[in-house]
Amino acid sequence: MAETAVEPRWRSYGTRRRSTRTVRVRTSVALVAVTVLAVLLVPPLIQLDQQAVDLALKLQPPSWAHPFGTDDVGRDLLLRCVYGLRVSLFVGVVAALTATVIGTAVGATAGALGGWFDRGVMRLVDTFSSVPHLLLGIFIVALFRPGVWPVVVSVGLTHWLSTARIVRAEVLSLRSRPYIDAAVSGGASRWRVAVRHLLPAVLPQAALAAVLMVPHAMWHESALSFLGLGLPSHMASLGNLIQTARGSLLAGQWWPTLFPGLFLVVPTLAIAGLAGAWRERINPRRRSELML
Amino acid sequence: MLELRAITAGYDRRTPVVRDVSLSVEPGEAVGLLGPSGCGKSTLARVAALLHRPDSGTVLLDGEPVHRWRHRAPRAHRTAFGVVFQQPRLSVDPRLRLTDLMAEPLRATGRRNEIPDRVAELATAVGLTPDLLTRRPHEVSDGQLQRACLARALVLRPRWLICDEITAMLDASTSAALVAAVEDYRAETGAGLLAVGHDHALLNRWCGRLVRWDDLGPAA
Repeated sequence: MAETAVEPRWRSYGTRRRSTRTVRVRTSVALVAVTVLAVLLVPPLIQLDQQAVDLALKLQPPSWAHPFGTDDVGRDLLLRCVYGLRVSLFVGVVAALTATVIGTAVGATAGALGGWFDRGVMRLVDTFSSVPHLLLGIFIVALFRPGVWPVVVSVGLTHWLSTARIVRAEVLSLRSRPYIDAAVSGGASRWRVAVRHLLPAVLPQAALAAVLMVPHAMWHESALSFLGLGLPSHMASLGNLIQTARGSLLAGQWWPTLFPGLFLVVPTLAIAGLAGAWRERINPRRRSELML
Repeated sequence: MLELRAITAGYDRRTPVVRDVSLSVEPGEAVGLLGPSGCGKSTLARVAALLHRPDSGTVLLDGEPVHRWRHRAPRAHRTAFGVVFQQPRLSVDPRLRLTDLMAEPLRATGRRNEIPDRVAELATAVGLTPDLLTRRPHEVSDGQLQRACLARALVLRPRWLICDEITAMLDASTSAALVAAVEDYRAETGAGLLAVGHDHALLNRWCGRLVRWDDLGPAA
């Protein structure tokens, strides 16, 4: 009797845990899918001009005609938000990829070569890490004319540091495995060991770092645009939208701030949730943290 | 002739694992190195295979002192040694199929055209059936994996074999099969062997000359 009483409780605990996990994962997948589809399909399918100004309709609260309301020059906010998300997501993905490629290359080289090269590179990484990302990003952005690419470059160049650290640590732990000894003894060159054995082993970690970097990069883009340093202000990006909406927020108009804010928060949380689930799969030991 | 002279080696200069050890292996000779666990046998084996730079002492390869280790060692020197390690799981790249594992040294040295013949030949020699060759390391047993590791060590026809406790994880019949495969190869090519282990009975039957770790030091 005792056994039959205990076992179902264990089972129900197990299934409940698993189901919450899949609900989280499914929600994340659905939200990411909706985001990506909206961003890819809305501009070519819906032939509305996101820049269309209609001063008669300025600062309208949400209605059926304009579900998210309109901004201070009468542009439809739903359309602006989708275009803004498009720009932010593009910047986020490209910047994250740039940062990951640089970080993986630097980290793998430092870890694989070791010695003075490793020490030098890692001190450089420490130096860059000691300066706040945003400050360094502002510095880089300020060197160029406003546009998408300076923002991508700025975020990409300031965010490879953590990836480099992760990849280097991974390479260091792999480097002392006997199978690397076996490869050396089998005549493999340094390059071959790196490309054939080390890189494939760190790729899952690097890819995870890249996905986690996307929301982070989106926030950085928004922060730069919010500060007026990122994208030109006519360009709808989430940061720009929130920035221009500040004035109307004080006048009691909440919708120009709330909806772009939600468009920033919800996709980033969804991507982070997806990456978290993935991390649990490749590294079940570090289950508790959720890095944003 | 492989000669280790007054080798001191380890992973921290202040506390070397191997202190002032000398050992030599003649071509075609089978030397069994017998020692307790943790005494530094494996480190000495890695030094002998040019995989670990000793803190002091000389390694002579056919009378020529060796100055460069690991990647810096000339490829011909490195590939003159076939090394088999104690734990097959750790000594293979988990992503490679058994065929790729065995063929890897041929690929690394630019001899791809020899792969089909050589892999088939070695699979028979070490007793791996064709269906095992397409599997990945986690899909085979330790014994099967160690056979593949031996095949990988033999694929470049090394002049020296360094076997570091290769049968420690295995059952008696697999051990016997591996030893037989090594001996077949040595009979065919006249390669020298340095077998490291703690199993006196096995090394006594396997090797022509048995050396005890305690007798290797400066006192001997």
